[in-house]
Amino acid sequence: MSGLIGKKIGMTSIYDANGRNIPCTVIEAGPCYVTQVRLNEKDGYEAIQLAFDEKKDKHTTKAERGHFAKSGITPKRVVAEFSRFEQDHQKGFGDVLKVDIFTEGEYIDVVGISKGKGFQGVVKRHHFAGVGEASHGQHNRLRAPGSVGASSWPSRVMKGMRMAGRMGGDKVKVINLQVLKIILEKNLILVKGAVPGHNGSYVKIERWK
Amino acid sequence: MNKAETMKFVEETVIQKIEMPSFKAGDTITVHYKIKEGNKERIQTFQGVVLQRAGKGLNTTFTVRKISGNIGVERIFPCTSPFINKIDVNKRGVVRRARIYYLRGLQGKKARIKEERI
Repeated sequence: MSGLIGKKIGMTSIYDANGRNIPCTVIEAGPCYVTQVRLNEKDGYEAIQLAFDEKKDKHTTKAERGHFAKSGITPKRVVAEFSRFEQDHQKGFGDVLKVDIFTEGEYIDVVGISKGKGFQGVVKRHHFAGVGEASHGQHNRLRAPGSVGASSWPSRVMKGMRMAGRMGGDKVKVINLQVLKIILEKNLILVKGAVPGHNGSYVKIERWK
Repeated sequence: MNKAETMKFVEETVIQKIEMPSFKAGDTITVHYKIKEGNKERIQTFQGVVLQRAGKGLNTTFTVRKISGNIGVERIFPCTSPFINKIDVNKRGVVRRARIYYLRGLQGKKARIKEERI
C-alpha cells in the first residue's frame, strides 16, 4: 500500500473526453511527513507514520512537540499510520510524500468519517421499506420498524436487531475511486465520485497493489 | 489557501471556460450545439427565448424555450458544456424579472416580448 493523509475540500464536476459530466471530489493531499517508521523487530509490525497539516505551536502538547522535533518538522494536526507501505515509496524518517505517488487514471481507496446524521429511524438508517400505503385504515405507523421478534420463544429481542439510533459519524472506506487529475504544485487530487465526511474533514487516501 | 479559494482555483484550471456572449432572461438566442450520431458529429441549432439563467460558478445553466409546431419545448444547457459550439444573441428583450416563467402560460401574440431599443 501507499497512501497519504488529505483534507476534503469539496465537490465539483468536470467533463471527460466524451463530453460527459463527471462528479468529482477535490482533496488536498500532502505534503505528508514521515514521523516514525515501525519495524517488525521493534514494534511487531511494519508501518510508517505520516503527519499532515500545519498547526500552531501553542496548540501542541509538549509530548507532541518532542515527537515532531525528532523528525525535524513543525507540529502537524493529523498523524496516521499506513501499514505495508510499498517499497518504492518506502521513505525514511523525516521524508516528504506528495501527491505524485499517485498517477492519473489509477484507482484508490478513501477512508473518512462519515457525516453525522443524529438519531435516525429504521427507514433512513437501515433502508427499511416502511409501510407502503398511507390509506386503507393505515394510521401513524408509516415509518415504524414492525415486529422485532417472535413470541414466547425466545422471549427477548435478538442481539443485533436493526433499530433506530445514532447514524453517521462512522469510519467509512470507499474503494476503487478513479484519480481524475493531480495538481502537484497545489497538492490537489481530483477523485471521481463522493468521499465520506464533510468538507474540511481529514481522509486517508490508500492505494493497494 | 482556504477551501473556497482552492475550489475556485480548481474550477478555473481544470475546467475549460467557453466564450459566451452576455445574455439574460427575455433575450432570444440561437444555441449551436454539437450532436454525436455514431461517429459523426454535426451541429444543430436551437433558437428561442431565454427563460432564466440559474446556478453559479460551474453549475450555471440557462433555459431556452421555443415553440415547435404549437408545442412549447424547453431545453436546459449547462454554460460549461463542451457540446456548445456557439451562441448568437438575436434579440435583446425587455422583461422585468430574472425568471420569466409566466411566458409558459402565454400563447401567440401575448407571448411576445418587447425588444430593447438601443
